[in-house]
Amino acid sequence: MVKTYLKKGGSSMTTIKNFFATRWGIIGVGAIIGIFAPLLQKWGNPANMGVCVACFDRDIAGALGLHRAALVQYMRPEIIGFVLGSLIAAYAFKEFKARAGSAPIVRFVLGAFAMIGALVFLGCPWRAVLRLAGGDGNAIFGLLGLIGGIWVGTLFLKGGYNLGRSQKTHTSVGWLLPLIMFGFLILMFIFPQVQGQEKSGVLFYSIKGPGSIHAPLFVSLVVGLLIGFLAQRSRFCTMGAIRDFVLFRQTHLLLGFIALVVVAFIVNLILGQFNPGFSKQPVAHSMSLWNFGGMVLAGLAFALAGGCPGRQLFLSGEGDGDAAVFVLGMIVGAGFAHNFGLASSPDGVGPYGIPAVIIGLLTCLFIGFTMRKEVA
Amino acid sequence: MSKIVDARGLSCPQPVLLALNEMKKMNKGEIAILVDTDTSKENVSRAATTQGWRVEVEKGQEEYRLVLKKD
Repeated sequence: MVKTYLKKGGSSMTTIKNFFATRWGIIGVGAIIGIFAPLLQKWGNPANMGVCVACFDRDIAGALGLHRAALVQYMRPEIIGFVLGSLIAAYAFKEFKARAGSAPIVRFVLGAFAMIGALVFLGCPWRAVLRLAGGDGNAIFGLLGLIGGIWVGTLFLKGGYNLGRSQKTHTSVGWLLPLIMFGFLILMFIFPQVQGQEKSGVLFYSIKGPGSIHAPLFVSLVVGLLIGFLAQRSRFCTMGAIRDFVLFRQTHLLLGFIALVVVAFIVNLILGQFNPGFSKQPVAHSMSLWNFGGMVLAGLAFALAGGCPGRQLFLSGEGDGDAAVFVLGMIVGAGFAHNFGLASSPDGVGPYGIPAVIIGLLTCLFIGFTMRKEVA
Repeated sequence: MSKIVDARGLSCPQPVLLALNEMKKMNKGEIAILVDTDTSKENVSRAATTQGWRVEVEKGQEEYRLVLKKD
């Protein structure tokens, strides 16, 4: 039984319980994402990529010219919507709280390596289950890697690993990432895509490849805002889903994650988007070991940073300046991933993808083993 | 006088980890947990309830004080 006492005015009252934080709330949010992700594919997004935080952050890095991989350049409105939707929810429910100062450089590095690992697999945890729900068997190895990486992360957590405390700070600090995202949206309006042109003003666009395949701007933005709003309320987190089960045998977040994959599978069947197999899957390769290895790195980095890439966006929207640094780390990591030839393609891993995964894992182990001091 | 665990400013899953460790250590009695986000409030409350502890939430200016009780 949870009672809530409000001290203000000396009266005590029970506040309206946050429905989305209940079991049916998180299942509902997972189901809604499971409906809209395949629909976004029908409305124009790449196959098995209705929503992919890693891929879309990577496309944003391309749109900004931080890498020049011609096939993956688009300012994805879904990502902008995630952050701004969360911001709106946080203000509507008085949960916006500017905070920062919990090992930002570590979060930046974890964000960068999480992105590199995800791009070796070709997807974040969201896309891993969307690929599975679309019939891509290679996703199984990615999901196993994700579970493995998170499991290693829980060993560090049990051993006392922590990132230290954040501090309450000026409201403007919490607004910076939402403002950056808003700025990106404005750039899309000022410099809209021109048919057949690779550049419009300062923004890069793809003429072919996944970056050229996208739902209409407003559709993407509205779905992004909706998911951002609901995910902020429900604390939806794919990494937390697996971590909490491994660490505490708690199934709360896991139910949301399972709802996502089950509903996405059903919607794919209805829409005729289910194509089972391992070879020639869209925006995927079939080098199982590195599908696994890439996601071990990503899973460990997410676990050490305390949230999946989606959750980091939602936290950024509610004022978490440290999560915002993780997001920027991901975008910069995407720049490195393509400039250095670390990212995979449908042909397989990039020329330097394997050493990058190994360096990333060593970096995560260094962080995990050395940040174990008790919190004061 | 109840045991106080200060989990303010800590990100997931630290508040739950600290709370669960303390619940395991004490087995019964009263524990006060300080958290500063609604997410931590919900997560610690959920974890405590499943362990059979009662939870009372007191809202302060900048934080929540969760009082966990078990006889």
